[in-house]
Amino acid sequence: MSSNAITIPGVQINEKPWVDTLHEWVTTVDHKRLGVLYILYALLFLVIAGVEALIIRIQLMFPHNHFVSPEVFNRLFTLHGTTMVFFMGMPILFGFANYLVPLMIGARDMAFPRLNAFSFWLSALGGFLLYFSLVGANGLYGAGNAPDVGWWAYAPLTARAFSPGHSTDYWTLALLVSGFGSIGTAINIIATILCMRCPGMKLNRMPLLAWLNLVMAGMVLIAVSPLTAAQAMLLIDRYLGGHFFDTQAGGSAVLWMHFFWIFGHPEVYILIIPCFAFMSEIIPVFSRKPIFGYPVMVAATLCIGFVSMSVWAHHMFSVGMSSYTNSFFTITTMAVGVPTGIKIFNWLGTMWGGRIQFKVPMLFCIAFLFQFLIAGLTGVMLGSAAFASQLTLSYFVVAHFHYTLVGGVVFAVFAAIYYWYPKITGRMLNETLGKWHFWLFLIGFHLTFDLMHFPGLLGMPRRIYTYEPGRGWNTLNLLVSIGAFIQAIAILLFVANLIISYFKGAKAGNDPWDAWTLEWSISSPPPAYNFASIPVVASRRPLWDLKHPEDPDSRYE
Amino acid sequence: MSAMANPFPEASAAWSLPDRGKVAMASLIVAESAIFTIFVVAYLFYVGKSITGPTPREVLETPIFYTICLLSSSLTVHLAAKSLARDRVGAFLGLWVLTVVLGGTFMYGTGQEWHRLIYQHGLTISTNLFGTTYYSLVGLHAFHVTAGLIMLLIVAIFALAGRVRAQQSRRVEVLAMYWHFVDAVWVVVFTVVYVLGR
Repeated sequence: MSSNAITIPGVQINEKPWVDTLHEWVTTVDHKRLGVLYILYALLFLVIAGVEALIIRIQLMFPHNHFVSPEVFNRLFTLHGTTMVFFMGMPILFGFANYLVPLMIGARDMAFPRLNAFSFWLSALGGFLLYFSLVGANGLYGAGNAPDVGWWAYAPLTARAFSPGHSTDYWTLALLVSGFGSIGTAINIIATILCMRCPGMKLNRMPLLAWLNLVMAGMVLIAVSPLTAAQAMLLIDRYLGGHFFDTQAGGSAVLWMHFFWIFGHPEVYILIIPCFAFMSEIIPVFSRKPIFGYPVMVAATLCIGFVSMSVWAHHMFSVGMSSYTNSFFTITTMAVGVPTGIKIFNWLGTMWGGRIQFKVPMLFCIAFLFQFLIAGLTGVMLGSAAFASQLTLSYFVVAHFHYTLVGGVVFAVFAAIYYWYPKITGRMLNETLGKWHFWLFLIGFHLTFDLMHFPGLLGMPRRIYTYEPGRGWNTLNLLVSIGAFIQAIAILLFVANLIISYFKGAKAGNDPWDAWTLEWSISSPPPAYNFASIPVVASRRPLWDLKHPEDPDSRYE
Repeated sequence: MSAMANPFPEASAAWSLPDRGKVAMASLIVAESAIFTIFVVAYLFYVGKSITGPTPREVLETPIFYTICLLSSSLTVHLAAKSLARDRVGAFLGLWVLTVVLGGTFMYGTGQEWHRLIYQHGLTISTNLFGTTYYSLVGLHAFHVTAGLIMLLIVAIFALAGRVRAQQSRRVEVLAMYWHFVDAVWVVVFTVVYVLGR
């Protein structure tokens, strides 16, 4: 297929001065540019929070280490957690949703382009506020120069008495502001998917990526709003003398825990469901088969979205809830594993009997399947109240959720970047560097996070800044830290690949992977208007129909 | 672009999708409901847990009149939007301004109640748990009423300038949805604060 960009004969386009280009990017309302801004912004924070993780690991490399002080250590894990969840995980997934959803459903832009830009800049302001605390948090008190209350910020640690200065306020405001941005984006994604589909794109023909992002956006509405409400309460406590979480006046610290985890647990599904979406688009293309069990995938996603709203208190088994409450949340937590298992079987069913191509995106997908399975298994272990009471607040928990968030989300994001980079930039990422990146990251990941389970089982608590020698934790911690550095080297290779391939990479053409969804029908990078004429689709794989008019999918669906 | 044309075109059934404004407002209402739910849960959780007075039973008076004002404004905004859809601009403007007046009356009632609580009973947001949860929940609702009133006023100004016609009726309906939501929330807040929480 030839490029469908409109060129006007006789019109010469002059090179623009850089300041004009910058102005265009800052004022843009184009969903593709905003998507790229989200992704770049998230990658910046990935590097920042990654460096924080490295400092944490240097400190824990040896017992009685003095690389950073205990106070700095607290600030580091707070910043690392907050940044990775709110300013890396969510923005990068929103970025892909922004970029891909309109292209995949045959629309020219999101439903509300200006709301889209507003949401992005709100999120950007949130990240800025969090790190501005490094400069501005001293205030008049001279205490603390970054939030140090942990990413859950449990009461009463956040009370004025225990968190003087403004660092906690910057944390609160950062989350409040980026929360509004997230809600705006979620509204936009829902309106886009429901109202902007091209003719013929019925709901049961939408690419799974659109379906899963629809569910994710719905979860953002229901799950991020409680966090926003809880942050407003915290601000009322801190600035207006309220007593929501003030135990001296009868307030409840446990209420904050509930409010935080009502957000906090659905949040991990908000992060992982778009990754399921990447899997559902990439695995079929590199297995050369349509997705196995499309309706079941949609149903399982809806089921995850529904059940995951009622599992939050499995983060609180050691708080002292009643045995009925513990049993309820144990059962729901086990139940959410069922639709997730269905998904894994569907991806395996897609690969089964396919002609699998082991390109870099597919390598990351396969690693994702294994790692997410293991993460799910330790999740089921921790979902049992009796087991969790033993291991809560230990490194076993840290290993578990890093397995889902690194082994799951980060691997899936890498798969997505390798898969859609050609569409976004028009150039292929270098395959050799990509394989180095994959294997080094895989080795580093497993060295770090496989071994991290064991200090937890041996009783090492999370969030300690150092530990005594002679407890059997020394060698394990050293190896965990070495693994972190191997991952860092892999990330450096990845960043180098992103930059080198942007200038020197092979030209991608419209459809480098011989894929089936609408974004591959237009030029790479796509023109500002996406589709010169709005496409009409008759099946779930419109490009297959186009390439194989003798045997179109529409005949069977 | 003919290349993308469907090789097997469907019967040209009308391709209609929901209105994006209404879908977006419905989504916003879902998100807002979640926020209100958290504040309502906090209110109910802390009923009777204040260590010091005053208690709701001692100081709260049920605002029946102002509640009737707000709830009837839902009816007027609905009739206003309907009139606009039928291009009866005069009726629209009258009902719309009436909605603003009813909403404004409600806000006056809230202000009066707060004034009484603060100056007669010494109840502020930092007095006790009742004060904290009461002012937060009622204040959050009042904030939404105020935001709604500002948007209603903007439309009223445009309508007075003769710029609101039947073409804009879909947008006006989106705003009416928001106003219905604000009223529905008041039903919950009223039940929780003035009935269950006493």
